[in-house]
Formats: sequence, C-alpha cells, structure tokens
Amino acid sequence: MSTITQDAPAAHDDHHDDHHHGAPKGLMRWVLTTNHKDIGTLYLWFSFIMFLTGGAMAMVIRAELFQPGLQLVDPNFFNQMTTVHGLIMVFGAVMPAFTGLANWLIPMMIGAPDMALPRMNNWSFWILPFAFAILLSSLFMEGGGPNFGWTFYAPLSTTYSPDSTALFVFSVHIMGISSIMGAINVVVTIVNMRAPGMTWMKLPLFVWTWLITAFLLIAVMPVLAGTVTMVLTDKYFGTSFFDAAGGGDPVMFQHIFWFFGHPEVYIMILPSFGIISAIVPAFSRKPLFGYSSMVYATASIAILSFLVWAHHMFTTGMPVFAELFFMYCTMLIAVPTGVKVFNWVATMWRGSLTFETPMLFAVAFIILFTIGGFSGLMLAITPVDFQYHDTYFVVAHFHYVLVTGAIFSIMAAAYYWLPKWTGNMYDEKLGKIHFWCSTISVNVLFFPMHFLGLAGMPRRIPDYAIQFADVNQIVSIGGFAFGLSQLIFLAVVIKCIRGGEKAAAKPWDGAEGLEWTIASPAPYHSFTTPPEVK
Amino acid sequence: MNAKHEHYYVPAQSAWPIIGAIGLFLIAVGAGSYVTQLETEQTSGGYILTAGIAVIIYMIFGWFRTVINESMSGLYSQQMDRSFRQGMSWFIFSEVMFFVAFFGALLYARMIAVPWLGGASNNAMTHEVLWPTFEAVWPLIKTPDGTTTEAMPWTGLPLYNTLILLASSVTLHFAHVSLEKSKRQALTAWLAITILLGIGFLFLQVEEYIHAYQEMGLTLASGVYGNTFFLLTGFHGMHVTLGTVFLLVLFFRVLKGHFTPENHFAFQAGSWYWHFVDVVWLCLFVFVYVL
Repeated sequence: MSTITQDAPAAHDDHHDDHHHGAPKGLMRWVLTTNHKDIGTLYLWFSFIMFLTGGAMAMVIRAELFQPGLQLVDPNFFNQMTTVHGLIMVFGAVMPAFTGLANWLIPMMIGAPDMALPRMNNWSFWILPFAFAILLSSLFMEGGGPNFGWTFYAPLSTTYSPDSTALFVFSVHIMGISSIMGAINVVVTIVNMRAPGMTWMKLPLFVWTWLITAFLLIAVMPVLAGTVTMVLTDKYFGTSFFDAAGGGDPVMFQHIFWFFGHPEVYIMILPSFGIISAIVPAFSRKPLFGYSSMVYATASIAILSFLVWAHHMFTTGMPVFAELFFMYCTMLIAVPTGVKVFNWVATMWRGSLTFETPMLFAVAFIILFTIGGFSGLMLAITPVDFQYHDTYFVVAHFHYVLVTGAIFSIMAAAYYWLPKWTGNMYDEKLGKIHFWCSTISVNVLFFPMHFLGLAGMPRRIPDYAIQFADVNQIVSIGGFAFGLSQLIFLAVVIKCIRGGEKAAAKPWDGAEGLEWTIASPAPYHSFTTPPEVK
Repeated sequence: MNAKHEHYYVPAQSAWPIIGAIGLFLIAVGAGSYVTQLETEQTSGGYILTAGIAVIIYMIFGWFRTVINESMSGLYSQQMDRSFRQGMSWFIFSEVMFFVAFFGALLYARMIAVPWLGGASNNAMTHEVLWPTFEAVWPLIKTPDGTTTEAMPWTGLPLYNTLILLASSVTLHFAHVSLEKSKRQALTAWLAITILLGIGFLFLQVEEYIHAYQEMGLTLASGVYGNTFFLLTGFHGMHVTLGTVFLLVLFFRVLKGHFTPENHFAFQAGSWYWHFVDVVWLCLFVFVYVL
C-alpha cells in the first residue's frame, strides 16, 4: 500500500455547527446513538456476550462428550445445544464482531465523518439483541428450541422440527435484515465517503476486504431469508418445496441453503484477511508485500464462492459431472488463498519483527488458518469426502478456519486497536498469557478431532463408540481450557478500559493508516472535514 | 472525488431506530406465535403481530417525516444524495436476490426434482419404487401423492395484468420526465394514472386468486406448482402493494409542492422501486405463466 500522508493537523476534534458536543451521557446515549464509534462498541460487546453464551453451550457439548454414554443431558437437548451453538457463533459472535470492527474503523480509515447512513446503522444493531432474545427464548418453550443443526436441513426442520420453529425462522429473518442493512451502510460508506485523494488502490486492505464482504452479504442474506421462508410454509402452510410427495425435493433445500451458506463462510473470513494484512506489516515494519495481488485475490475468492456450494453435499445425490465441477472449483480457491498466505509470509521476510500480542495472534492465524485450509482441500476431493462427510474431521476443519481463523483475527484486531479505542495500552503480559493459553488449548481441543473423524466418529451425536473415549477426553479438556482462557481476554479488556499506560496517537511504530493520525482515544467525532490524502 | 471538503450531515440521536427495533420484535414474536397457534384456540399471536405492524407504520411515518424535513431545510449535500441513491440501489439488489431464491426453487423443481421423480437421469428405480404411476409434467397438475389441481393459463387476467404493469412503468417514466421539466400538472396527472394502474393490478390479482382457490382448486398447498405460483406472485403482490403506497406518499408530496428538477431523491427511489417490481413481474409472467 502506498504511503498516506496528511496536511491536516493531527487532532480532528474540531466541532461543527450541528448539535455535536461530544458524547451524551447515560443509558440513552447507547440506545439512541447515531455515532459509528458508539455503534461499533455496541456491536463488539454484543458479539462478546454472544461468544460467551455460545461458548457455554459448547461446554455443555464437551461435558456430555467427556465420556461415552449418556450422562448429563438428554439427546434432544444435546441437539439443541449443537444447533444454537452454531447459530449463535455464526450470526451472533463472528458476524457482529466484524460489523463492529467495520463501524469503528472504516470511517476512520477512509477519512469519513461517520457511516453514510447513521440512523440506519443504529437500527441494524438494535434489532440484533431482539433477534437473539427470540432465538434463545425458544429454548425454554414446550418441545424445546431448534434441534436440527445450524444448517436446518429439511425434513429435520420441517416435518420433524419442534413447535417453536416459527420463532427460529423469524429470528433468522431479523438477523438477515440486520446484516443487509449493515452491509449496505458499509458499501455506501466506502464508495461515497472516502476522503479526497483516497483512491481505490490506496484503501487499507481491511476496507477492501469489508467492501467485498458487504457485497457478498447483500447478495446472499436474502437467499437465506427465502430459504427460511420456504421452511416456514412447508411446516405450517402445507407447501411441499422440500417434500417429494408434493413434487419438491429435500436436496433442493441443501442447494438453496448452501448457495447462501458458502459465500457466508467467506463473509466470516474475508475481513480477517484484512485485519491480518494490517497487523503483519505493522509488526514487521515493512509495507505489505503484494498489495494489489491481495485485492485481486480477495475478489477472486468472492467470485469463486458462488460456484462451490455443492461441495457441502457430495454425498447427497448429484450427477457425477456436477460433483467434478464443484470439486475443481473448490480446489481453485486454494490459489488466491495461497497468494494471501505467501504474501503475509513474504511481508515478514527480513522484516524487523517484534511479537506483541496482536502480532502473536496474527502469526498463529497464518499457521492455524492454513491448517484449516489444507483440511478443506482434503474435503474438497469428492471420493475422499465420501469418507469424511459428517465426521469429526469436518468439525475439526471448520473450527480451525472459524476459531483459529476468524476468532483469532478478531482477537488480534481487538489488541491492535484497543489503544485507539480506549486511549490506554492493554496489559501486555496478560495479553500474552491469554494468547498462549488460547493457542495451546485450542490445538488440544481441535487437532485430535481430525483423528476422531478419520477413525469414523460422526458429528452431532451425544454418544459414541468406546474406542473414541480417550481422544474425546483430551478434546474436552482442551475445550474447557479454551473456554476459561477467554475470561482472561475479558479481564484484559476491562482493565484496559479502566486505565493503564496512556497510548500515543500511534502506539505501534510500523502501523500505517489514517486512524493513527487522530488522537488516542479517538475523539467522538473524527474527520468532520475530510483530510487530504496524498 | 469531486465533492472536496463538503460538509456531510450526521444526524444527532434518534429514537426512530429503537422504535423500529421494538416493532420488528413484536412482528417476529407475533407472527411466530400466530403460525404456531394456527390449529389452536389461542389468538394472542395475531394481536401482537398487529401491534408490531402498527409500531412499524408509526416508525416509518416518523422517520420519513424527519428525513423529509431535514431534506426540505437544506441540510443535505450532493454527497448525501449519492449515499441515499446508492443505498436504495443496493436495497433493490438485495430484493432481487430474494426473488432469485424463489425463482431458483421454481427452476430446480421444474428442471430437476420433478423429472427425477419421473425417472429421468439415473433415477429409474426412484420412480419405480416410490410412485410408479407418477407422470413428470409441468405444470405439475398431479403430485406424486395424488393431489390434483389445474394450471393457471397465461391468457386472460395474467396477460391484462402484464399490460397494466408495463403501462404503469411507462406512465411513471412520463411523470419523472415531467418533474425534470418542471411541468407540475403533467407530473401530478401521470403519477395519479400510475397509482390507479397499480391499484388495478392488485385488484385483478385478487380476482385471480379467488378464481384459483374457488374454481380451479389451485391453492398454496397443491404441490410444488401451487407453492411456487403463490409464493412468487404473492411476494410480488406484496411488493406492488408497498410500491403503490410509496407512490401515494410521493403523490401527496407532489401536491404539497415537494421535489425540484435537481433534488428529488425520494421520487427517483420510488420510480426505481416501481420499475424493479415491473421487471420481476415480467420474469414471473414468462417463467410462471407462459413457459
């Protein structure tokens, strides 16, 4: 990325005519706010609460799987835990965390006064807690909450689903509305609100990756809305979209769902690429290697994401030529992803590296996400997938890309930008403890799952054959340790908000970008007049 | 960037979003309870749903009033106008993708699911074992489990409706041209005609539904043909209804003297929306009725 310099003075806290005088006080500040930083903070806290909630459900799952046999929860409740754990982590933790980062950072990175549509921004956040209140409350209803897996395959979600399925459907509708509005706001902000001189190929990669993510969101969230609507009418209004007796097809559900679902997977990883592309150069004290190839690689991944959905359904019945098509397209994604990994490594090559917590998480991301990428490549091979399908190998694969991928990048981002958000440095020692506890435990948790899966242990079951007992015990211990480690992160964040060493406007020597030109903590209104970017 | 150092209006705190969030919450809870109560005596869901819709309508009025007042008092810049335009375009794109899901279902059912049930590709045994007497035809007038129905012909009401909607797109375009040339009377007249055409379309569609349910036995539950027919035309009808309300609001604003040749984002947005609804209907007419 080319260098950004700036004429304007460092602090942009000059107030403008229209009724802005810093942050209002009290609870209503957060309810009524139109400020991108407030809304970003709300998103980030909401996602962290959801992360702990979904994590608690994972603890239930690992506790039940600690030993073979049924001991703690009954199988129907176990199914509800796996389902709601997935839904919460995808729609409640990872996606809102990225939206929160986008809200906080994109206006500062492009030199805009705020998001383009600030009131709608508030709306897209505040409907989310309501959506999850509905989803979680359905767990306490008669017959229980959703128990059909986060992918809600028909007929599990239609013929055999609990009475509360309608609440699941409408809560997903609201989550979709929230994501679409958030994404529209991001696209419009990036396209329309860049400071003069901030040309396309000067955009920080976090902005680029989010622009492409937002496009994916606008394209596929409506398809998810259509899918849940068909589930609703199949269950309650006598339609037979997913019922062969009426001329429909349950396989059609999977096609429509995964047409949404695969781009969704990239929605949860592309912003990570942007984060890592900001952090690695900062701590290597070198510009990012291959900036433009990063942009093109991101765009290629996004385009390919629309052509690979059926690799999730190799075993559910497709003509052979379709299986081959989806296999080759899927493997093709390894090329742009490889470009990215090599570029990060090349950025570090002969850099003057230091390993503060954000950099530790970023390096761990590169290594562990790549492991997840390789297991994905294995799963892409159709004949091999016949063996792996629906085993713990798949669980290991997507937790490597989502936990050590998406979640680790979010952690890295939090550590990297916390000084900018709070004005204080976080506790580096505690941060490093958090990193090492997380990284060791997450590998104890997920790496042995590969072996379980290869040995044939199926996913989504509360009980298993006796030969899987030892490895499951190790996995569960890793799980509990990883869960507890995240409380360290909570402690770091609270400690950092309450005080600590004052952060400079640019606390990292190698950091680049407009957000480091304004004071720490960032003033309530930054860039009320756009800076000139050269 | 041509808008150098232009001041961008960032609104102060607003209560409309949280009111809207509560409205959506009530709608979701109400609709969720309503459908689960369908076969019971309870009716609480319907009331909550109605309350939610009322809150949303209140929110839309209030929110739009605020925006219109801000716009009329000159707080918005060219850049703000572009934000609105781009936002509306992306919203319409998301609507297109919503319809894509249902068109996808229609094409999949028609090109793959139904032929496979009839033994096409390598599914001879599926056909033999499951429903050996099933005949794969489209429109699917007899489902594998024996539900029968009639196919809706494209002549008659659907054809009239196509002509009405096409005409309404043209009249709306004339209204837009009149607005840009400051011919206020022509603008009012063309807009009124467009709204009447929209209402006419909705009226005929209701007629068509009544005809389908009462005389043809074509219902939402009559197999995948009825499913796709009613969900596609139904969601389209909801969009025409919304579009008509949109145009009505524009009509009253025109009467109040709003919009200038240079500054008429809301009119532009309404007209984009209407043209989008029209294009969706054309696809519907081709894929649901004619083919």
